[in-house]
Amino acid sequence: MTFIQILSQLAGGMWVSIQIFVVTLIFSLPLGLLISFGRMSKNRIIQAIVKFYISVMRGTPLMLQLMVVYFGPYYLLGIKVGNDYRLIAAFIGFTINYAAYFAEIYRSGIQSMPAGQYEASRLLGYSKSQTFVRIVFPQVIKRILPSITNEVITLVKDTSLAFTISVLEMFAVAKAMASSQTSLIPFVAAGLFYYVFNLVVAVGMEYIEKRMNYYE
Amino acid sequence: MYLLEMNHVRKSFNSQEVLKDISLSVKEGEIVSIIGPSGSGKSTLLRCATMLEQMDGGELIYLKEKAAWNEADGVSTYADKETLKKIQKHYGLVFQNFHLFPHMSVLQNIMDAPLHVQKRNKEEVHEEAMKLLKKMGLEDKAKAYPCQLSGGQSQRVAIARALALNPKILFFDEPTSALDPELTGEVLKVIRSLADLQITMVIVTHEMAFARDISDRVIFMADGIIVEEGTPEEVFSSSNVRTQSFLGRYGDNF
Ligand SMILES: Nc1ncnc2c1ncn2[C@@H]1O[C@H](COP(=O)(O)OP(=O)(O)OP(=O)(O)O)[C@@H](O)[C@H]1O
Ligand SMILES: [Mg+2]
Repeated sequence: MTFIQILSQLAGGMWVSIQIFVVTLIFSLPLGLLISFGRMSKNRIIQAIVKFYISVMRGTPLMLQLMVVYFGPYYLLGIKVGNDYRLIAAFIGFTINYAAYFAEIYRSGIQSMPAGQYEASRLLGYSKSQTFVRIVFPQVIKRILPSITNEVITLVKDTSLAFTISVLEMFAVAKAMASSQTSLIPFVAAGLFYYVFNLVVAVGMEYIEKRMNYYE
Repeated sequence: MYLLEMNHVRKSFNSQEVLKDISLSVKEGEIVSIIGPSGSGKSTLLRCATMLEQMDGGELIYLKEKAAWNEADGVSTYADKETLKKIQKHYGLVFQNFHLFPHMSVLQNIMDAPLHVQKRNKEEVHEEAMKLLKKMGLEDKAKAYPCQLSGGQSQRVAIARALALNPKILFFDEPTSALDPELTGEVLKVIRSLADLQITMVIVTHEMAFARDISDRVIFMADGIIVEEGTPEEVFSSSNVRTQSFLGRYGDNF
């Protein structure tokens, strides 16, 4: 088997990995913001619940969380899930896990805003939501971008954890190929894939960071 | 007619009484300077007037409309949100540290609130913003970002930003205290030029010569009370011991 053939066989797995990556970002970035609001809520109960949620998400292995999301419906609720649910479970598991990390990043960014920005906004008549959307959030994005980049790069590598619930992503496919051919080459190809993927992500994030460099 | 009336204002932080029964009224077109030693409560007074801080007791009235009044127990009660929002349109505040929006250009800083808060027409707002920048001597900085400006330029932008909303009264909290001495002059010059526009101003300042020249009335505050107020001539030649000892620190060169 040539390297090209191996790559083409891995292609399906790559596609799944990319899907997990993209879907996770699309949902966890906004969800994280929402969770950060809950974390900063003046309502003590909401705050406590969200705090607990974040600590569980950050304090237990993602692999375990994926298992719970995947097996939970059947073991806990007796709902039979189809094969399609594997990938959905991966999407859900990754999203709720990454949202927790993003929430803490948003929170640190929002809380580092100087009070003067809020006071100036208030004096100029901005409503609370306008202040957030027009004044605070654009500045928060810039501040937290380096931390977001770190998480996004980790996510590329973390997508391989979906194999624990038998999602045929890149790593699972490579593993199967490696054992059937008793060859390391599929792993090398997989490694190359993750590496290039991350390179693209890093370049993309760098581009965004540069675009935000028009001030300060 | 009084534009602003503050009656019997009290404010404490923790157990420290910072404003003790302060009353202050400002007529339309009047320029009032507030002077006094550090910690005397000048900023707190402005922050109560602009509702950044809630008074513990006392009345706050703009153009006969009550933003806050005393309940029977002597505790300030504020009007409903809608009323406060309406009242808030009457005033602007220029901060010691400018608080410009760093992610917006100079022009955006000035235009954003008129566009998105007042929902005014873009061409009109732009034209007015350029006029203001010209007045501030900053036409060439329209596209610059706050990080590219000197302190004096930043403060002039902040003044333009406040003026763009056409407030009836403008408060200044030590507008030149964060500036190098050589930049103080340019900002004071701009504020002086506003006096010609008949804008009502209340200015907290440590620039005694400026206060004497520009003000219709000077208020000397110490320890949370108004010790003395009057025309600049009256206050600056006062025989009050506290006033004298405070002014003495600035020497005779104002
Ligand atoms: N948010 C706050 N919390 C607690 N104490 C405060 C707060 N704001 C002001 N104070 C206290 O209130 C007193 C008056 O402060 P204020 O800032 O009004 O004085 P000031 O006359 O403006 O002084 P300066 O000339 O230094 O600006 C000070 O003792 C200050 O420590
Ligand atoms: Mg002060």
